[in-house]
Amino acid sequence: MEIREKILTFIEKNSRVDLKQLAIMLGMEEAAVANELAAMEEEHIICGYHTLIDWEKTSIEKVNALIEVRVTPQRGRGFDSVAERVYNYPEVNAVYLISGGYDLLVTLEGKTLREVAQFVSDKLSTLDSVLSTKTNFILKKYKDHGTVIAKPKEDERMLVSL
Amino acid sequence: MRNPLSERITDIPFSGIRKFFDIAAEMKDVISLGVGEPDFDTPWHIRDEGIYSLEKGRTAYTSNAGLKELKIEIAKYLERRFQVSYHYDTEMMITVGGSEAIDIAMRAMLDPGDEVLIPQPSYVSYEPCAVLANGVPVIINLKEENEFRLTAQELTDAITPRTKLLVLPFPNNPTGAIMQRKDLEAIARIIIDHDLYVISDEIYAELTYQQEHVSIASLPGMRERTVLINGFSKAYAMTGWRLGYACAPKVILEQMLKIHQYAIMCAPTTSQYAAVEAVRNGDEDVISMREEYNGRRRYLMHRFEEMGLSCFEPFGAFYAFPCIKEFGMSADEFATRMLQEEKVVVVPGTAFGECGEGFLRISYAYSLEKLEEALNRMERFITKLRQQK
Ligand SMILES: Cc1ncc(COP(=O)(O)O)c(C=O)c1O
Repeated sequence: MEIREKILTFIEKNSRVDLKQLAIMLGMEEAAVANELAAMEEEHIICGYHTLIDWEKTSIEKVNALIEVRVTPQRGRGFDSVAERVYNYPEVNAVYLISGGYDLLVTLEGKTLREVAQFVSDKLSTLDSVLSTKTNFILKKYKDHGTVIAKPKEDERMLVSL
Repeated sequence: MRNPLSERITDIPFSGIRKFFDIAAEMKDVISLGVGEPDFDTPWHIRDEGIYSLEKGRTAYTSNAGLKELKIEIAKYLERRFQVSYHYDTEMMITVGGSEAIDIAMRAMLDPGDEVLIPQPSYVSYEPCAVLANGVPVIINLKEENEFRLTAQELTDAITPRTKLLVLPFPNNPTGAIMQRKDLEAIARIIIDHDLYVISDEIYAELTYQQEHVSIASLPGMRERTVLINGFSKAYAMTGWRLGYACAPKVILEQMLKIHQYAIMCAPTTSQYAAVEAVRNGDEDVISMREEYNGRRRYLMHRFEEMGLSCFEPFGAFYAFPCIKEFGMSADEFATRMLQEEKVVVVPGTAFGECGEGFLRISYAYSLEKLEEALNRMERFITKLRQQK
C-alpha cells in the first residue's frame, strides 16, 4: 500500500488517533506524517473529521429522512446548480447524484417530523427544477459509516490460549 | 482396579497455561495479552459461504482428503504466494486444523526410537505429538542472540545417527521469529546431506512484516523431503472452523491420509465450503489484517523501548518475546505477579520450552485500545519492580 493509502486507512476508522502513535504504527517520522496529513487536507482529500453519535442514547430528539428527488437538469450546468441550491441548506446532511429511478438523494436531519415535512414542502418542492419528491423517514440506524451502532461485540476469546 | 491409563500418556505434562487461565477466570477487569488467535472475526463473505452451504443442505461427509474444489484452490494459492507446486489430488489433504496435520505427519513418519529435532521455544504440540508417535523428541534451544532463528550449527550439533525429522516452526509462535531465504538454504543443505525430513509448520506464513515468507519446500531438493503444513486459522481469522491442510510427496501423504481416514474421516464440511471462498477471494482481507497487525507490532515495540524492556524485533506471527531477566525472577513468577498485581495476562516463555525462561510471550492480536491499556499496566508493574530493587 502507498503511504497515503496507509494513513487514510488508519484514520478513516479512527480520526482521533494521536499523531505520534500514528507515526509509530506506520513506521514513519512524525513530521512526515504531519506533512502528509496537512497536504491531504489542503488538497481536500481529507474533507473533515467527524464524530459518529448514537443520538438515540441521548435525550436529544433527531429525525432523519432520505428524500428521493426528481429534477430537471439545467442547460449547461446539468444537475450541479440544483444540487448546490439543495446542499446549501444547513439541515441537509448529504446530497448525492443517483443513477436509477430518481436523480438526487438528499439526507436530512431535523428536530421533529414536522420540521422535516416543512422543509420538504416549503423549500425543496418549491424549487423550480424539482419535479417530485419522496420522503423516507429513518426508523432505526443499525450501521453507519461502517460501524455497527448497537453495542460493540465483546471479546469472546478465551483469556489464554497457546 | 487396574490403572486405566497408559504410562506414555500420563508421562506427558499438561500445558503450562492452565494455571493462568484458572487465576484469571476468578478475577475482574483482567486484560489479556495471552491469546494465540486473531481478534478479527472471520470476514463476512467467508462466513456467508459457510451459511450458504448449510442452506443448500451440504451437510454430508466430503471425501477423506477433502473437497476437490478446495484443494484445487489451495494448489493455485500456494503456487501464487510461495512458489511451491503440489498436485491437488495426490499430494494434498485437508485436515482438522494445522494441529491434526502435525499429529498425523509424525505418526506417518516415525518408527520407535526415531529422533525428532524440535527447535524451542515453539508451539506446544510438537513434542507430545512426537512422543505419541513413538518418536524421541530432541530439543534444540534457540537463542535470543540469533533472534531465535535456527542456525546451521545448532542443527548440525543436534543430529545423531537416529535423527529422522526436523520440525521447522517459522514464522514462530511464541517468539515471532522468521527464517530468511539464506537461513533456510543453510538448513536445507544439512537436511539433504544427512538424508533427513522436515515438517514445516507454516501456519503464520501470511503474517510476516519485513519480507515475504519463504517456504523451505520451494528450495531445490527440499520438496521431496518436506511435509508442508498450513491452515486457515491465522491468515483468515478462522480458528474456530478447525481447518488446515498438509502437502507432501505422495508416498508420505497417502499414509497420512490413511490415519486421517480411520481417525477423523474428513475435515468439517461447512468449513471446507467457507474456505473455498477464503482462498479464492480472501487476499484483500489478509492484506488489511496484516497491515493492522503491523501497526500494532510497531506500537508494541515502541512501548517496550520506552519501558527499557529489551526485545528483539519480531517480524512474523503476532507475538513479541521480551526479555525480563533483569528482574531476577522466573518468567512464571513474573507472569503470576503481573496477573495478581496489575491484572494483565501474559504467557511465560517456559510454556514453550525450558529455554523460554526469562522471556514472556506477548500477543498483539488485540485492538489498539486494549493494547495501550495493558501496556500501561505493564509499565506500572515494571516501574514498581525496578523501584523495589
Ligand atoms: C505454530 C502453530 N502451529 C499450529 C497451530 C494450530 O493451529 P490450527 O490447528 O488452528 O490450524 C498453532 C495454533 O496456535 C500454532 O501457533
